[in-house]
Amino acid sequence: MTRQTARILALHGGLLAVLFAAQFVLPAYHHGNLARIMVLASYAIGYNILFGYTGLLSLGHALFFAAGMYAMGLGIQYGGLSPAPAFLAGVVAGALISGALALLALRTTGVAFMIVTLMFAQAGYLTILYFGEYTRGDEGFVIQTAQRMLWGINLSDPVNRYFAAFGLFAISLSLSLWMVRAPFGRVLVAIRENEDRVQMLGYDTYVHKLGAMVVSGTISAAAGAAYGLLFGYAGASFASVQYSIFPLLWVLLGGAGTVLGPFIGTLFMFYLIDLSSGVTTAYMLIAGVVLVALTLFAPQGLAGEVRRRVWRGLP
Amino acid sequence: MSALLSTRALSKHFDGLVAVSDVDLDLTVGEVRALIGPNGAGKTTLVGMICGRIAPSSGTVAFDGRDITALPAHKRIGLGMAYTFQITSVFARLSVRENVALAARRRLAGGHVDSAVHEALAQVGLEERAGEEAGNLSYGHQRLLEIAMGLAQAPRLLILDEPTQGLSEGEIARFTGLIGGLRGQTTVLLIEHNMRVVWDVADRVTVLNFGEVLAEGTPQEIHENRAVQAAYLGTEAG
Ligand SMILES: Nc1ncnc2c1ncn2[C@@H]1O[C@H](COP(=O)(O)OP(=O)(O)OP(=O)(O)O)[C@@H](O)[C@H]1O
Ligand SMILES: [Mg+2]
Repeated sequence: MTRQTARILALHGGLLAVLFAAQFVLPAYHHGNLARIMVLASYAIGYNILFGYTGLLSLGHALFFAAGMYAMGLGIQYGGLSPAPAFLAGVVAGALISGALALLALRTTGVAFMIVTLMFAQAGYLTILYFGEYTRGDEGFVIQTAQRMLWGINLSDPVNRYFAAFGLFAISLSLSLWMVRAPFGRVLVAIRENEDRVQMLGYDTYVHKLGAMVVSGTISAAAGAAYGLLFGYAGASFASVQYSIFPLLWVLLGGAGTVLGPFIGTLFMFYLIDLSSGVTTAYMLIAGVVLVALTLFAPQGLAGEVRRRVWRGLP
Repeated sequence: MSALLSTRALSKHFDGLVAVSDVDLDLTVGEVRALIGPNGAGKTTLVGMICGRIAPSSGTVAFDGRDITALPAHKRIGLGMAYTFQITSVFARLSVRENVALAARRRLAGGHVDSAVHEALAQVGLEERAGEEAGNLSYGHQRLLEIAMGLAQAPRLLILDEPTQGLSEGEIARFTGLIGGLRGQTTVLLIEHNMRVVWDVADRVTVLNFGEVLAEGTPQEIHENRAVQAAYLGTEAG
């Protein structure tokens, strides 16, 4: 193992250790917040694979998040599934839908790709509303505590919930770290930098982008399924445009194309809104000003700035 | 000896403009072939059709006895072609090492990649720059990096589009030695404006003019060819 690898493992492992330990010291309010942040950060990690590392800007990731959430939720509600197979159903749904969308959307690039992903996500949102009889539309439906017993463990209990969120986040983070350092991930970065050249090195860039989109969509769906399961609710708002924009913002703030960026961005934005809404009702204004300042002074995002100024080898 | 690459009646039209017209080109295994011609003669377009970057208007390309006209670029590279760009096209924000590693990793894994990268960089004299960002290299060094990326693929056919443009005298001499070292193992198709280099390394020379093959022969024959001289002076051969 090289020194570089050791440092990388120490940094990312260190974050996981801190998050693990945090549950024993945090007050209940922040404890609950952090569980939520870890699930949403997993969503951002999925988004970052496609946007940050492969350079494809999707405006439709809410489709994958919601696919996971609804396949899980409907599976429990109407399929009588227990949490484990329901979660798995969410993951599989995300893989299938992202694969199908990739086949269509990867025929396009740039703005057209953004529009195609946005349109399909909108179609997904409308589908959820259309089948309101089952999905309960915007109002959504609650997943009861009794339905959230995983192998006898009550997922609505804050401690268990924190553990589950931590587990999902640790897996997503490790997967993303491993992938971007593996040959497959290196090719994704190269595609982001200069796709034409990658092709002329003999790589099938279409297949690589397809793979990136499926991994990205599947992690997003896992986050969606976990969110519904841990917080006991599935609703159409999670399929709306807003939930496609959120991961983009989180990733941009934290640092696109960095492994830690999605977590940092999600944490930052969560508390930015949380704190500013405590101060004033015009909290979106404060949040907006801070965001503008960040894009001016840290255009690469927070972790991106660290990479630029401090540690070039930050993955 | 057998042909590694053959084109038949290969042509490319850009709207009204005929960039390449009816080119039959045969490369023998192991030879170093220079492709020369005035600016705009169609050299880059011709090799673009050979390696799959540009779709031909008509004609065929065969590699190792197999018709590859319909094959996408990445598959042709997979068969053993490598192409270095005339307009430098390295991964500017990635390290020099990673640029070459990407080229090597398609055929190698693990520690073999590192040694292939090291070897290719040493061949072009860039081993000391391995950790730098490719975009920070001088133009000439980026050209050398392009060549190293070609070498790291260990291709059967190496296509180089004006590799010596922007190189210093010393670097050109090193390049000439490098191509000499490949002779016999790797077939080379070299687009080159520097006649000294052509003279030093080419087994045969093909001259392209207005998209057509004007002449083909040994460097000596081409040197003495009056039509070629006329083309380079910009007048019609009489
Ligand atoms: N994509 C394109 N669209 C239209 N015309 C093109 C295109 N690519 C090349 N051409 C034209 O085709 C002709 C041949 O161009 P090409 O680049 O192949 O010449 P070349 O021999 O490589 O020249 P140079 O020595 O300057 O590199 C030129 O007249 C050029 O303007
Ligand atoms: Mg050219």
